[in-house]
Amino acid sequence: MTSKINTYKRFTSIFLLIFSLFIGFSNNLSASEPLEDTIEHGHSADTAVAAHDAHGHDAHEANGPIDISAIAIEHVSDSHSWHFWGEGHDAVAAPLPVILKGNNGIVFFMSSEFHHDNEGKTIVEKNGERFVMFEEKVYYANETPNEYGQYVTLTIDEKEVSVSNAAPLDFSITKNVAQMFISVIVIMWIFMSIAKAYKTQGVTSAPRGKQSFFEPLILFVRDDIAKGNIGHGSEKFVPYLLTVFFMILINNVFGMIPIGANLTGNIAFTLVLSVATMIVTNINGNKNYWSHIFLPHAPKAIWPILIPIEVVGILTKPFALMMRLFANMTAGHIIIISLVGLIFVFKTIYIAPVSVAFALFIDVLECLVAFLQAYVFTMLTALFIGSAVADHNEDGAHTTDDDHATAGH
Amino acid sequence: MTSTFILASLIEPAIGLIFWTTITFILLLVLLGKFAWKPILTAIKTREKGIEDALASAENALNDMRELKSNNEKILAEARAERDNLLKEARDTKDAIIAEAKAKSQAEADRIMSSAREQITNEKNAAVAELKNQVATLSIEIAEKILRSELSSDEKQKALVNNLMKDVNLN
Repeated sequence: MTSKINTYKRFTSIFLLIFSLFIGFSNNLSASEPLEDTIEHGHSADTAVAAHDAHGHDAHEANGPIDISAIAIEHVSDSHSWHFWGEGHDAVAAPLPVILKGNNGIVFFMSSEFHHDNEGKTIVEKNGERFVMFEEKVYYANETPNEYGQYVTLTIDEKEVSVSNAAPLDFSITKNVAQMFISVIVIMWIFMSIAKAYKTQGVTSAPRGKQSFFEPLILFVRDDIAKGNIGHGSEKFVPYLLTVFFMILINNVFGMIPIGANLTGNIAFTLVLSVATMIVTNINGNKNYWSHIFLPHAPKAIWPILIPIEVVGILTKPFALMMRLFANMTAGHIIIISLVGLIFVFKTIYIAPVSVAFALFIDVLECLVAFLQAYVFTMLTALFIGSAVADHNEDGAHTTDDDHATAGH
Repeated sequence: MTSTFILASLIEPAIGLIFWTTITFILLLVLLGKFAWKPILTAIKTREKGIEDALASAENALNDMRELKSNNEKILAEARAERDNLLKEARDTKDAIIAEAKAKSQAEADRIMSSAREQITNEKNAAVAELKNQVATLSIEIAEKILRSELSSDEKQKALVNNLMKDVNLN
C-alpha cells in the first residue's frame, strides 16, 4: 500500500515537472515576439524616465543611459491599461475602467481618456474633479501646470521623486484586476466542468481530459498537503487549500505568458491571501494554540518576553507568506527582463544569444517556481492551520496528552 | 531617481487591488466550494470507498471460495469414505449371502442324502423282506417238487428228510 502511494507521488511530481517544462518551452517559443515588445517598452520607459529625470532636456531623447531597474520595476507593476505593444501615442493597449472614490463621490471612466499619458500632463475632468495620471497613479490635478506641462507638484531630492498632490481612493479595474477576473473565469470553467464530468460520467469510469490532469493535483493537495500537515479533521480545510493552490498556480502560469499580468507578484494580492490564511488559522485555533501563545510552558519570569514574541508570531507567519510569494514571482520577472535588458545596456545585438539563453533558463526555472510557490504557500497555510488545530501541545504535558489520546480514540 | 519612487509603489499594496482581490477571492472560495470542490471531492471519496469496498468484497469472496473449497474437499472425502463403506458392506452382504446359500444347500443336500439313505434302507428292507418271502415261496415250491420226486419212494423220503433236517440244522 505504501509503495503504491510512493509510486503515485513520484508519478505526480514527474508529471508536474514535465508539464512545467512544456509550458516553459511554449512560452519561450512565443517569447521571441515579445522580445521586440520589450525592446520598445524599454525605450518608452527610458523616455518616460528621461522626461522626469532630465528635467529640461529633450524629453524624447532616447540615447541616454538606460535605467534598467526602472524598466524592470515598471514591467512588474500594475497599470491602468493593458499594454500589448507600441509606444507613446502608437501604443496598442486595451483601455481598462478607472473607478475612483473622490471627494464628490464615485467617478467612472476609461483609462483611454488619459491618452497613454503617464506624466501628469493630461487632465480628465469628471464629476467636478480634475484627475491626472503620474507613474500609473491617479492624483488630483493642480490648477496650473509646471514648467514641463505637468499638473502635479514634484519634489525631487537626491534619490527620490515624490508627488505631493492628494490622491483619490483608486478602485480601478487595473491590469492585475482584469487578469484576476480572467483567471477566476478560467479556474471556474476548469473545475466546474471537471465537477460536471464526475457527475455525468459517474465515479466508476477513469478520469479523462482535464480531469486526468487536475485530479492528481487535487489529490496531492488533499492527501499530501492537507492530510499530511493538518491530520485529523483536515477535510474541513481542503476546499480553502484547493482554492488557494489553484488561484496561485493558475495566476503564476498566466504571469509567465508574455502579455499576462504579474498578479501573484503583486503585494496586494499576496497580502489578501495571507490575511485570509491568518484569519482561517486564528478562528480555528483551539485551546492548545491559544494557551501556547498566552500561557507558554516556560518560567513565568520570561513570560513578558515570550508572550509578545508569540503574539507577533501570529502576524509574522502570514507576513512571511506574503513576502515569499511576492518576492519570488517578482524576482523571476525582474531577472528575465534584466537579462533581456542587457542587450540595451551593451547596445549590441551580439549579446542577444546570451540573453536569450539565460532568459530561457530562467523561464524554465520560473515554470518550476510557479508550481513550487503554489505548493509552498498552500503547504505552509496547511502547516499553520495544522498547528492551530493540533490536539497536542508540543512541549510537555505528556500525561495529559496521553489521556487526551486515549479518550479521543 | 524614479526607480526608488516606483520601487516604493511596488511594495506598497494598492487599495483597489486589495479590494477587488478580497471580493474575488471570497466569491471564488464560495462558488468553487459549492459547485466544484464539493462534487469533485465527494465523487473522489465515493470512488475511493467503492474501490475499498470492491477490494474488501474480493477478499471476502476469496475467503468464501477458500472455505467452499475446503468444504468441498471435506464432502468429497466423506463421499469417498461412504463409497468405501458401501462397497465393503456390499462385499460383506455378498459373502454372507453366498455363505448362507452354501449352508442352506449343504443342509438341503444333507437332508436329501439322509432321506435318500433312509429310503434306500427302507427299500432294501422291503426288498429283503420280499426276497425272503419269494425265497420262502420258492423254497416251498422246490420243496414240494422235491418232495414229490423224493417222496415217490420211502427210502428216498427218509433220506430226504434226513438230509433236509441236516441242512436245516446247519442253516
